[in-house]
Amino acid sequence: MSRYLPLAAMLFVSSAFAQEQVTLKPGPDLDAVTTSCATCHTLSYIRMNSSFLTPDAWKAEVAKMREAYGAPIDDQTAAAITKHLSTNYAVPPKS
Amino acid sequence: MKRRDMLAGIGGAVVAARAAHAVDQSMWLSPQLPEGTRAEARLETLPGKQPLIRLTDRPPNYEAPISTFRTAITPNEQFFVRYHLASIPAVDALGTWSLSVGGEAAERQITLRLDELQDGFEQVEVAAVCQCSRNRRGLSSPHVAGVEWGYGAMGCATWRGPRLRDVLAKVGAKADATEVWFDGADGPVLPTTPDFHKSLPIDKAMAGEVIIATTMNGSKLPHLNGFPARVVVPGWTATYWMKHVTSIQVSRKPLDSFWMLKAYRLPAGMFPVNRPFPTQDNATTWPITDIVVNSVVADPIDGTRQPIDGFTVQGVAWDRGYGIRQVEVSLNGGETWRPADLGKDLGPFAFRAFNFHTGKLAPGNYVISSRATNNAGETQVEKLKFNAAGYHNNVPQQVAVTAA
Repeated sequence: MSRYLPLAAMLFVSSAFAQEQVTLKPGPDLDAVTTSCATCHTLSYIRMNSSFLTPDAWKAEVAKMREAYGAPIDDQTAAAITKHLSTNYAVPPKS
Repeated sequence: MKRRDMLAGIGGAVVAARAAHAVDQSMWLSPQLPEGTRAEARLETLPGKQPLIRLTDRPPNYEAPISTFRTAITPNEQFFVRYHLASIPAVDALGTWSLSVGGEAAERQITLRLDELQDGFEQVEVAAVCQCSRNRRGLSSPHVAGVEWGYGAMGCATWRGPRLRDVLAKVGAKADATEVWFDGADGPVLPTTPDFHKSLPIDKAMAGEVIIATTMNGSKLPHLNGFPARVVVPGWTATYWMKHVTSIQVSRKPLDSFWMLKAYRLPAGMFPVNRPFPTQDNATTWPITDIVVNSVVADPIDGTRQPIDGFTVQGVAWDRGYGIRQVEVSLNGGETWRPADLGKDLGPFAFRAFNFHTGKLAPGNYVISSRATNNAGETQVEKLKFNAAGYHNNVPQQVAVTAA
């Protein structure tokens, strides 16, 4: 359910919205996803883009976040994120 | 409004939103969207808005339910909301808003307050469609990654403000200017993310229809539609319509921005354009610019039951500035077409409402489609011109209803 930030923290209108906590499927790499991706955007993006991306397509999305959008994610974390998304939100690779 | 009041208002709105979600999703969401998108989408009421379809809340991406498009003008409360980046200044922070105009290819630099923008220049009005480049992306086949928009990432308003060229005349654009660069007050969460910057070629910037809007349908712009001022670029997709615009710079160089060079690009020559964008075109890709001719059936809703006495098909059609010549409606999925009646002409950049009465019908299943043709003879395509970003989907809808 929604959480309100203290008034003093309301620098940005986006934090004034009642933002919903998005719960993703559990797994050993969930923390990597939550910590990295939710810095800049809701985790709804992940569920919204399921299930039609292949593991390779998720890998490309993670690469785009690092290279195009400047997300400070190291190789090990990127691999963990890709694994979690590929396991839980992907379609099988095209043969 | 005080912030405390605003907070209370938002709390109330969220309670209302939870109730609105009880409305059967098939009445407001396309069944062709990806499974995960349909599970994620809900109706939610933002401050100052009526319920919109929430795809994401941070950054806010909300589209209008399809039933919105029964009329040529979209009310501000039903206008879609789209942001790339999640740092959006609060209304209070915009109290000190000003617009900086100048640049390396300008004679001088000026700063304009809102009252100067409204009182210091001739105010002009244009009714124009603001449509996200990615509208209908979620209907792309195969699906492509991103915000999975249905039909409602668009709206048509009457925008009012000074012409961009009149504002540029104050700073004196030099003869070697090639682009005009825009920045807005919103930005990225992390400093490493490219800020959202866009440019226009100088000749489009100087076209009389491009304005800096300070009102929308006679009211100030809703905060999430770009308050206090946004650039309005009739005929071109909304990526150029910079919200909360704070900087307009005349340049002799192409804007070197991720949002021009990498994003919002189409295979060269795939879709018709009115003006080239020579400083941003390359051999294989062009920036997306002109909207494609299109139409939407807003009523009836897909999957509904209709009377055999007949019913009225309602919707809107639009294009890139030639104006709509004809809208046809099919009741058999595009096998045969009959002309619809067109509503009032609000100008070449606006929605054109249409309606079509079916007359008496035999009981059974019908597939309703609409097809618009503009004054240049361009019409909607039968087969999707697939592109990797899911742009420019103008395949006629297939709205299945049962007459009984």
